[in-house]
Formats: sequence, C-alpha cells, structure tokens
Amino acid sequence: MTPILEVRDVKKYFPSGSSRLLQRPTGQVKAVDGVSLSLQKGKTLGVVGESGCGKSTLARILTRLIEPSSGSILLDGEDVTRLSGSDLRRMRRDIQIIFQDPYSSLNPRHSVGEIIATPLRIQKTVAKSEQAGRVKELMHLVGLNPEHFNRYPHEFSGGQRQRVGIARSLALNPKVIVADEPVSALDVSIQSQILNLMQELQTKLQVAFVFIAHDLSVVRHIADDVAVMYLGKIVELGPARTVYGHPTHPYTKALMSAVPVANPVSGRKIGRIVLTGDVPSPIDPPSGCRFRTRCWKAQDICASNEPELLDRGDGRVSACHFPELEA
Amino acid sequence: MTNATPLLSVRDLHVSFNTNDGIVKAVDGVSFDVANGQTMGIVGESGSGKSVMVSAIMRLNFGTDVIVSGQILLNGIDLLALPESEMRQVRGRDIAMIFQDPLSALNPFYTVGYQIAEAYLVHHPKTPKAQVEAIVLNALDKVGIPDARKRIKSYPHEFSGGMRQRIVIAMALINKPKLLIADEPTTALDVTVQAQILELIDSLREENNSAVMLITHDLGVVAETIQQVMVMYAGRTAEYAAVQDLFDTPSHPYTQGLLRAVRSFDQSTRGSLVSISGTPPSLINLPEACAFRPRCSHEKGPQSTCATQRPELRTIGASQSACHLSADEVSRVQREAFSK
Repeated sequence: MTPILEVRDVKKYFPSGSSRLLQRPTGQVKAVDGVSLSLQKGKTLGVVGESGCGKSTLARILTRLIEPSSGSILLDGEDVTRLSGSDLRRMRRDIQIIFQDPYSSLNPRHSVGEIIATPLRIQKTVAKSEQAGRVKELMHLVGLNPEHFNRYPHEFSGGQRQRVGIARSLALNPKVIVADEPVSALDVSIQSQILNLMQELQTKLQVAFVFIAHDLSVVRHIADDVAVMYLGKIVELGPARTVYGHPTHPYTKALMSAVPVANPVSGRKIGRIVLTGDVPSPIDPPSGCRFRTRCWKAQDICASNEPELLDRGDGRVSACHFPELEA
Repeated sequence: MTNATPLLSVRDLHVSFNTNDGIVKAVDGVSFDVANGQTMGIVGESGSGKSVMVSAIMRLNFGTDVIVSGQILLNGIDLLALPESEMRQVRGRDIAMIFQDPLSALNPFYTVGYQIAEAYLVHHPKTPKAQVEAIVLNALDKVGIPDARKRIKSYPHEFSGGMRQRIVIAMALINKPKLLIADEPTTALDVTVQAQILELIDSLREENNSAVMLITHDLGVVAETIQQVMVMYAGRTAEYAAVQDLFDTPSHPYTQGLLRAVRSFDQSTRGSLVSISGTPPSLINLPEACAFRPRCSHEKGPQSTCATQRPELRTIGASQSACHLSADEVSRVQREAFSK
C-alpha cells in the first residue's frame, strides 16, 4: 500500500552567525538533518523530542510552510517538494496543520465562522451559498455549538479555541493533518477532551495525523507509530507499543524514565535515569553519535562513527552502537 | 508531621481583583500550614488561584484594585500587617521565590554574578567584595553550574533554560530562606531537565532544612517530590491530604477526575481517555455553593446541598475534602473508580 505521506531524507539548514550587517552567514543550524518517515492512511505518527530537536521545523516542512534544503516529500505518491503556484495551492487542500497555541493562531478580529470558512473561501471548494452550512456542520463535528459562529475567539476558552483550530483544519477534507503540539497549552482535563475528539474524527473521516509533542504520555495514547528525535535526527522509530514497551535507544529510555509518574509508590525514583547536561547546540553538533555527550554508554566508537538506523525487530529501527536489546 | 508552631500558617486568605466586569475572586477563603523542612504541593488547573495565592504570601500583588484579607503568619508574625519596609526585609531573606519562566526572571542587561550578588547584598550590605564573590561562586557550585568562576561574568542569554533555572534557584537560596516558593519551576523545561531541577530543589531543601511550597499543575511532579498536597479549584481548597492518601483514596470528585484523567494517559492501551466534562468556571460569578457542581458527576440536583450550600473542608477518610458527599458515598465512588 502506498503511504499517504512519505518523507525521504529531508534536511533543513538555517544560515546563522552573520552578526554584522551584509556579512555572509558563517555557520548553519542543522535543524532537521536527514529524516525519513512514512505514514499510512488513517493512521497516526507521533513525533517526540525535547525543545530544539527539530520537530516543529519538520512540521513546517511537511506542510510546505518552509522549503526543505534537500530531500523530498511525497503526498499520496506525488512528489510535492518543488510545487509552486496553483499546484501548491491544490496540494494544500490535502495537508493541513493545527498549531500549538490556540490564542495566537486565531485572528482576534475575525469571528470563528469567518476563521473556519477561510480555507473554503481561498480554495473555492464549496460554493459561496453553501459555506455557512459547511461551517455549521464543521462546528457541530468538533463539538462546538453551531449557533456560536458569529462569536469571536476571545469569547471561547482554550479548549474550545483548539476545537476551532481543528474545525478549520478539517474544512477541506484533508488527507493528512499535521498537529504541532495541539494540546500542550491546555489543562490536563481539557487535553483528554481534545485527544478523544481527534481520535473520534480519525475513525470517522479516515484522516492521517502527524502528531508532534514533547509529552510522551500524550503521544503514547494517540500514536500508532512513534519517531523519537534528537538534534535533528530520528534516533528511534517504530510501532508505539514496541517503542514504549522496550526502548532500544538510550535516549528513548532516558526520556521515558524522566516522565514523572502520577503514583507516589511506583513512580518515585525507581530506575530513573537522570541525564546530565543539556541538549548540545545544533550549530556544532557532536561528532559521531549526537547523543554521546549525555550518554552513559558512550565509548570511542560513538565519537568517530555515526550510528545508522538499524532494524531491531518488530518493525522498529534505532540508531545506536550499543542498543538496549532484550536479553 | 505538623510541629507545634508551623513555619507558615495561612488563615482564611481572600484575594479579589476589582475589574470592569466585576469582582474576580481569585482566592476565596484558603487556609493551610507549612511545617519546617516540609515540601507542600499546591495543584490546580490554570485560573485556580494558585499563583495569585503565592504572590499574596510574598505580597507582590498589592495595588488599589486588589483586596486581600485574612492572615499570613510566618513564625507567628502576620505578613499582611507588616509595613512595606519590613516586608522588604522578609522577601528574599525569609521567603524566596522561583518563577516559572527563568528568562523573564533574570535581567538581560546584567551578568548573572552581579544579579546573584545583588540578592545577597540587599540583606547583607557592606559585605567585602571578595567575600561576596566567594559566596556567589559557592552558590553556583551548589546548583551545579560548571566552571562557575568563568560563568559569573556571563549574561542570562548565554545559558540554556535549565541552567537559567539553576541560576534563579542559586539566587533564591543565597540568603538561606526558611521558605522557598517555587511557582511551576519546571513547566518551561524539558522532561530530562525537569528531573534534574526537581532533584536539585529537593537536595537543597534537605541541606538547608528549609520548607518548600511547590506550585504545579502536573500530578506527576506532585507524586515525585511532595509530602502534603492541596488541590485548588476556582480559588478554593478542594482537597488537602498527605500525598500517598491523595493518590490512593482521593475524596473530592475533582481530584478523582484529575487522577483518572492522568492515569488513563499512563496506560498503554489506545482508547477513549477519561476527561472531566465542561470547563472551569469564570471567577466573576462564582456560585456561592459548590464551585465544581456544574462539572461534577456526583452532584445531587438543584435542590440538594450541592446547589445551595458552600461545602467546607472536613475530614473524609484520610483527607480533608470540601464536598457534600458523605464518607460512605465517597468510599463507594472510590471503590468503583479506583479498584481496577
């Protein structure tokens, strides 16, 4: 089966270091450095990692909000990496985005009806006379009262605003929705409401999600497959159950053990791996394995050879010279 | 657990704001104690009044449109009755605070060494320069900043988020305060760094025998580091308990809902997550009766005490809980929801 979305060796380097006016940039921030992924119809791919690992840059590349430096993106088998003009506009119908902050991603001067209708107006997929009906239908779908279409964003709570963002992303019946930290700005009790909604919509509409988050438990819940990123690269990728059940990359293992568990007995510092230090700068990443500066297993080979993503069984790959394999 | 005289004793604290839309009751009658060397946690969702309450303890939110009443006793002295000049002596020396966002808590125009020294010199004026420098270096060492001698000349933007939070902690602890208030100290940080910072706060608490008030919305963080927990909802205390009791036998329906929501995250199976329906109420027109009633699955209808009377904190099982359900009803609900 052709995947609905396929990413092949995508890289994004931002120029950096031009401190003086009119001077050529002296360095590059390797925000995303060779990422390959694929996503099947109606499935969810979770992307997790700490801040600065390149997950939001990846989201913007996938939706063609920024251009990749190299690599290609295939949407439903068609290469969309170099599309422009009307072809690009047509492609945008199929891939939409939900943003992290439901406060800054909605125009405060537009009513939510106008906000949700904007994609319809731009793409002209629905006749003008039918737009109002479609907006109400979408509002109903995401659990908002359709009567509130002429209210403004400030009249809604954070959770409701995120529902508006979801309704807007669904307006064009996309095949793929990229959700960049869709629940991290919301309270726990509201997070569950939004995640439940996204799962319901997926079952109903067969839309595929790329779900980007730093919260591992959120991703575990919603994702079929999980990609763990560190400094612009994928370090581990596989079915969520396998990756969470038995992480093979030391970074995945540390990341999972660092999540505080809401249970004082089982959670308190049992087998906790506390990583020392911070994520290194992506301008000058460590040689060889990028995680080696914080890894407790690092040896000489880790500094000289970059580990490749190798198959570890059960459809999972990880990039480490000393993987945590099952005994 | 509680000493004869607690270090901090808050009695019937109210904080309201006068706004154009009406009076916002951000904190509405909260009482609690913190003992020496204890870690107390305050949990609640956004808008539950936790940050307003701790800024009232530091007396940071006084102004013409703010109405504060009640008592905040630190070692028996009412902070709300102190003149501002004396309160300034308390701030930083007896009570220190760590804020959520370390970047906005530091002045970008001064070196971190200068800023930490300033916090010390306010309470120890005329200390010789060399001595201050030694104290600052020692403080940076303690919070785990490598190469401290070089780093005291660096500016905040030259540090990562986790390092900045360490600097803020060094600054807060430089006068060895009896009480450290940490308002969401790890919310802006990554999980791997969060673990480091929580361990640091806990080890420094032990070393100085100071008390810590940790404000958070993350129940995972609560389970890790805290002894006593207060759950806040809409400016009021919903439940107050020892951490183990809160997690084993939560009494208030709101606490139960939160715990179930969080636990359904921790389970590996895909499927519907448990959520609390509805959204937190506006603090302007709070119902005089139970504030949680509109979202509660156990409320007993418009004629019951749930709708007519404000529930006071009382002992239910192992916790103090502000709920009208009887002890029997609570234990039945607990069995249904948590026995699995």
